[in-house]
Amino acid sequence: MINILKKIIYTGIVTEKYDGGQVPASFRGEVVVDNKVCSDCQVCAMVCPTKAIIITGQEMIVNHNACIFCGRCVQHCEAQQIRHSDNYKLATLSGSLADHTGNLLAERIRDILGRSLHIRHVDVGSCNACDFEMGALSNPIYDLQQYGIDFVPSPRHADMLMVTGVVTRNLTQALLMTYEAVPNPKIVMAVGACAASGQVFGSSYAVRGAVDELVPVDIYVPGCPPRPQALLYGLLLAMDKL
Amino acid sequence: MEYQEITARDLASQAKAVCSDGKFNLTAMFANDERSINGCFAIYCIFAGEGIFKGLKAVLNSEERLEFSSLTPCFPAAAWYEREIHDLFGLVPIGHPDLRRLVLHENWPLGLYPLRKDFAVDMHVPEANTPYPMVSVHGAGVFEVPVGPIHAGIIEPGHFRFSQSGEQIINLDAKLFFTHRGIEKGVEGLPIELAAYRAERICGACSVSHAISYAQAIETMAHIHIPPQAEYLRVLVAELERLYNHVGDIGNLCAGVGFAVGISHGSRLKELLMRLNERLTGNRFLRGMVIPGGVSQDISPDFSREIQNTLDNLADEFVEMMGLLHDNSAFLDRVNRTGILSRHAALDLGVVGVAARASGIDSDMRRDHAYSIYKKLKFTVPVQTSGDVAARLWIRADEVEQSLQMIRQILEEMPGSQGGLKVDIPQIKPYSSGLGWSESARGSNLHWVMVGENNGIYRYVVRSASYPNWPAVTVASPGNIIPDFPLINKSFELCYACLDR
Repeated sequence: MINILKKIIYTGIVTEKYDGGQVPASFRGEVVVDNKVCSDCQVCAMVCPTKAIIITGQEMIVNHNACIFCGRCVQHCEAQQIRHSDNYKLATLSGSLADHTGNLLAERIRDILGRSLHIRHVDVGSCNACDFEMGALSNPIYDLQQYGIDFVPSPRHADMLMVTGVVTRNLTQALLMTYEAVPNPKIVMAVGACAASGQVFGSSYAVRGAVDELVPVDIYVPGCPPRPQALLYGLLLAMDKL
Repeated sequence: MEYQEITARDLASQAKAVCSDGKFNLTAMFANDERSINGCFAIYCIFAGEGIFKGLKAVLNSEERLEFSSLTPCFPAAAWYEREIHDLFGLVPIGHPDLRRLVLHENWPLGLYPLRKDFAVDMHVPEANTPYPMVSVHGAGVFEVPVGPIHAGIIEPGHFRFSQSGEQIINLDAKLFFTHRGIEKGVEGLPIELAAYRAERICGACSVSHAISYAQAIETMAHIHIPPQAEYLRVLVAELERLYNHVGDIGNLCAGVGFAVGISHGSRLKELLMRLNERLTGNRFLRGMVIPGGVSQDISPDFSREIQNTLDNLADEFVEMMGLLHDNSAFLDRVNRTGILSRHAALDLGVVGVAARASGIDSDMRRDHAYSIYKKLKFTVPVQTSGDVAARLWIRADEVEQSLQMIRQILEEMPGSQGGLKVDIPQIKPYSSGLGWSESARGSNLHWVMVGENNGIYRYVVRSASYPNWPAVTVASPGNIIPDFPLINKSFELCYACLDR
């Protein structure tokens, strides 16, 4: 017992504030493009494993929801105009939360959920990387509870579903029933490239696609997987606490 | 690797001959639709023993009855392989004692076999309501506890059906494959380089191991050797993967007994390792480092020192954390003699990795089928014999020490990148096949790849460590009390994503 207490005291407080950890130089974040000297070879769109790059006329659009941040477009860009920045804050709002100003519904939801948020996790076909990063939010370094946010065991106790993975045929019923079980008002976060785009494993007999093909999604958090701070950013963005 | 070609009806007898009284164990079994090549379906069996692999290829003429003699009565390890072949190819193992569905659930109609080549990958499949019976025990006082697929914690999905008498588990049946994404079918036709991204994403916690197994299968087929520096970097990330898994898993085991201090320290140390991973590769799960033909990036001498310093600090803290468990009688009371997997059962089921070594089976792919640079590294393989939760825990702790030593050797002996970091994959002879393997934190991951025309994937098979180990959880649980199940499950620490694919 004395050893346990000693270990606790010597370790001290390790919890970081949001945005406290450093982003390493090697981190592959947002795909940034300098269009000025694009040689229009379109190789980036062809080599992308998840078809996250769309070229329309002169413009190249990166769908970060589908991006797996693998760096293949960066390696193949003939004009060397594509790079990964260190920006991981790529979460976007949609659905009932999208309109920042004046939207009564969004305000009402935030009034109810803004002070504390209870989350139920639903894995609908993930590789477990997103799940582990969600789990990491509860470690003493991120300490999710410091923001008034916590994971709960039942959808009936939850305000929000965090959904990981591409929706598989075998988990469709579980997703729909879990969504149904969450009391209103409820919000849904699609965590990671599989949940947000459904494009990571292509189409197959066993997958249905992205989460928003089955239930309405209010927050998309890109990443493969999103690092814990990216998840925190998405959560605080949804609660309007940034 | 050569495959001895036999007819399907001789499969069981030939398998017994290859096994030669247990010298070779069945380690993978899968089917392939080769009708467009030679008019036949094929069933491949891979046996491992004495440091080598032996292969059998049973041929089923597609004009005749699609049946083969089941291996399951002699090799219990074949039970799930054969059920999967039955589900996905519609080939019938004659004599199989339990031909319930495995991979496909109630929603899948009868008579549709998605891994046959005449099944288009994006074909619309109507909803069905096919029976999926679960095994249960009946009798006075016996009741059932259904759990999952959505669990209370942040865990992957699986459905467990406990038959209980009071708190005692009498029987456990598991319905898995909820996260089945059809990855093997989905990559068919894809170029080798693109399929690699999906191989790396079969499982988060085994990303490196899968990437290495896949890359080695390709490199074997292409008859290429990757540069020495690439071999060192691959093994470096493979051991870093084992480290963060084992450290995190030991912390999670504490969650199984409600020991909060252990949970906190385990998850804190794991986080330090994840951050090191991100600094090294740009991804916390080490994704993007291993590619077919080599690795994607080098490390600087400065960074080598940073790794060493981080791990030196971690090693001290890890020893302290393990001390908290070793001296804690309340903790030991929960883990000792809980969830025992006998050596006999482990051998029968072909269990691999930590679970095998905790039940007295001295096996490790890194030593027995040494790949990459493992032959050059000095390490020992810890083995325990009690087969309980504690044994699986102490094995992980010992392996953390071994991995730390291996990483030190790798960093000291790294040859440098003057020989390059990757080689190009040449055109591979169509319809040749290759086997790649690696030892993940959970055990051996085998990947078998057959390429078609123009370096496109013709057939991809993944036999992850979790595949042979999952049935062991249902064997180790009965006789224990149901509140110990999360602990037993965590001590095996199997991936659903690896199994389901």
